[in-house]
Amino acid sequence: MGYTFQFGQVWPFLPRLFDAALVSLQLALLAFCGGLLLGTAGAAIRTYGGAWARRAVKLYVTAFTNTPQLVQIYFLYFALPDAGLVLSSFTAVLIGMTLNAGAYLTEIQRAGFESARRSELEAAAVLGFSRLQQIRYVVLPHAMRVLLPPLSSHFIIMTLGTSMAAVFGVEELTGEALTLSSQTFRSVEVFLIVAGFYVALTLLASLAISLFARAAFRVRVRPL
Amino acid sequence: MPDLVIRGLDAHYGATPVLSGLDLHVESGATVGLIGPSGSGKSTILRTILGLLPPSRGEIVLDGRRVDYAKPAEVRALRERVAVVFQQYNLFQNMTVLQNVCITPVKIRGRPRREVEDEARRLLAKVGLADKLSSYPDQLSGGQQQRVAIARALALRPEILLLDEVTAALDPELVSEVLDTIRLLAREGMTMMIVSHEMGFIREVSSRVVFMADGRKVEEGPPARIFDAPQEARTQSFVSKILRH
Amino acid sequence: MFETILAEWPRFATLANAAFLARAAATTLALSAVGVVLGSLIGVAVAVAGRTRAGWLRPVRLLARLYTELFRRVPFLVTLMLTFYLVQASGVDLPLAVVAGVTVTLIAGAYLAEIVRAGLAAVHPNQWEAAATMNFTLLQTIRLVVLPQAWPLILPPSFGFFVMFIKDTALASQIGVIELTYAARVLNNKGFSATLSFGCVLVLYFALSYPLARLGARLETRLAGPRHPRP
Repeated sequence: MGYTFQFGQVWPFLPRLFDAALVSLQLALLAFCGGLLLGTAGAAIRTYGGAWARRAVKLYVTAFTNTPQLVQIYFLYFALPDAGLVLSSFTAVLIGMTLNAGAYLTEIQRAGFESARRSELEAAAVLGFSRLQQIRYVVLPHAMRVLLPPLSSHFIIMTLGTSMAAVFGVEELTGEALTLSSQTFRSVEVFLIVAGFYVALTLLASLAISLFARAAFRVRVRPL
Repeated sequence: MPDLVIRGLDAHYGATPVLSGLDLHVESGATVGLIGPSGSGKSTILRTILGLLPPSRGEIVLDGRRVDYAKPAEVRALRERVAVVFQQYNLFQNMTVLQNVCITPVKIRGRPRREVEDEARRLLAKVGLADKLSSYPDQLSGGQQQRVAIARALALRPEILLLDEVTAALDPELVSEVLDTIRLLAREGMTMMIVSHEMGFIREVSSRVVFMADGRKVEEGPPARIFDAPQEARTQSFVSKILRH
Repeated sequence: MFETILAEWPRFATLANAAFLARAAATTLALSAVGVVLGSLIGVAVAVAGRTRAGWLRPVRLLARLYTELFRRVPFLVTLMLTFYLVQASGVDLPLAVVAGVTVTLIAGAYLAEIVRAGLAAVHPNQWEAAATMNFTLLQTIRLVVLPQAWPLILPPSFGFFVMFIKDTALASQIGVIELTYAARVLNNKGFSATLSFGCVLVLYFALSYPLARLGARLETRLAGPRHPRP
């Protein structure tokens, strides 16, 4: 014991950590949006698709949700070059996170699609609604109430998951922390501060999501 | 012999007053029936006596000693002597009938298991459930569950028994089996406070009836007077409404 | 790609490599299991602390709250590095696997505290009330009445975390714990292709996670059913 904390040497690097936090956020947002597209397509196929297409999506989901994201990215980063495809570390991480998110978001959205299908039938009974109005006023709000809480929780999980990029040398928060700790030798202090950054980042994201959900869909969510 | 006196009792749920200026005396061996419209504070009296809702003013005196509800030890001492049967039975769902009756005497009060189980069997036989010892609450009818709850309360050997709308959650055909059990207790001289909507029963079993409205005691007296010749207008209108049913 | 794997296979499929991978898989499984079991003890303690009412325990409640909020908002890797450097700074000589185990325990504790809290809250208030009027202490109430009723709600998500940590502990490779992911890197460094090394480990992870995930799903439906069917 007897460790003396010395935060003094770390403060000057704070701006670098802010920049790195933006990289983390960027990575999370990009992968989440990509995953959302994949997941929507996946859920649509699992709900409306043919037998083989459904099976293929199920295989994708099962494979990606039962293996570690880290090893998935390792595979992309180190094994794809064997097949002649070389990815930058940022791209490999982004693709890996997107594919992984796509699998989880397919699972999450399937519940929304199921409920949407039911409420669509009910909506069809409502006379005088155009198709677009049905979706705008009936299907979407209903699906959002079901989907927003798990989707937003997954976004927070993904924000934390971006720290994995550090393993591949991406200079996001954790990557920057590794660099700084080897430069300053104040590893404990650096990682304490970075932990604080993640807490702040996810708190802000939670707040933003719940404000957005309330304004756009009148849904109350409190992610994580 | 227990003697419970309530003086000038006020209680609040949050900012809402639910009891105001209540005076009540439950002497040893008495069966006090509490009647009144819903929300009149009858059940709240029982909750307050037990310390589930701390009084905001006034005092509750047991055998001449004022109970200080801010002191956990005093609340515990009171709960050793006063038992309650709830409207919703509140049986422990994870325990059999026998375990429900034995758990507190054995685990909390440290009495010998053998002795407690014998007593529990006797009590359960008394309430007509000798054949349900190893059933779980969710396998019993409401009336059966309520009788288990009564046996559980009796196994605590209480000096005063509080009964909170014990038939309100029951189907009509199950009410009589529970009332029979309570009649038996009254005959044996158990000191009781009974909150109930069963007016015929209250009239029959009570030594004294208290009519409550809006958290206040409106009138108190022997059953015959409260039901046949009430003095207060509110009591009159309540009783006449009940009798017209 | 497949030709290289086929070419490597005879050299790869040795007893020594199999034993190495089996040990690594056992470490992965053990890290997750130990973490979740110890974490569930922390989780119960923290959830119980959250149910106390006494004024003097206020700091304990605040600490419990802070713990669950903070540890769920810091990435596994950051908590791992922090634990690693803290252990190093304190001069204690702990095996790396223990450092990783402590990390999993701390994180699992925070998540499970939340699960247990929700489980306790789901037990009907009248059960708490009945226990209170019969002078059960908080611990007696929880041990004898509430936990036995809450565990069907607590067990499935806890099992889910066990399966989740099988995957998350891949990050323990970063401090040098020889679990599955680290084993893949070792094999890769020994000259086996990345496709084979990481592919093989992906398959092993799947073989660990998939049956357990299915078991968890079955557990959930089993426990959701009625407990005492009427005879």
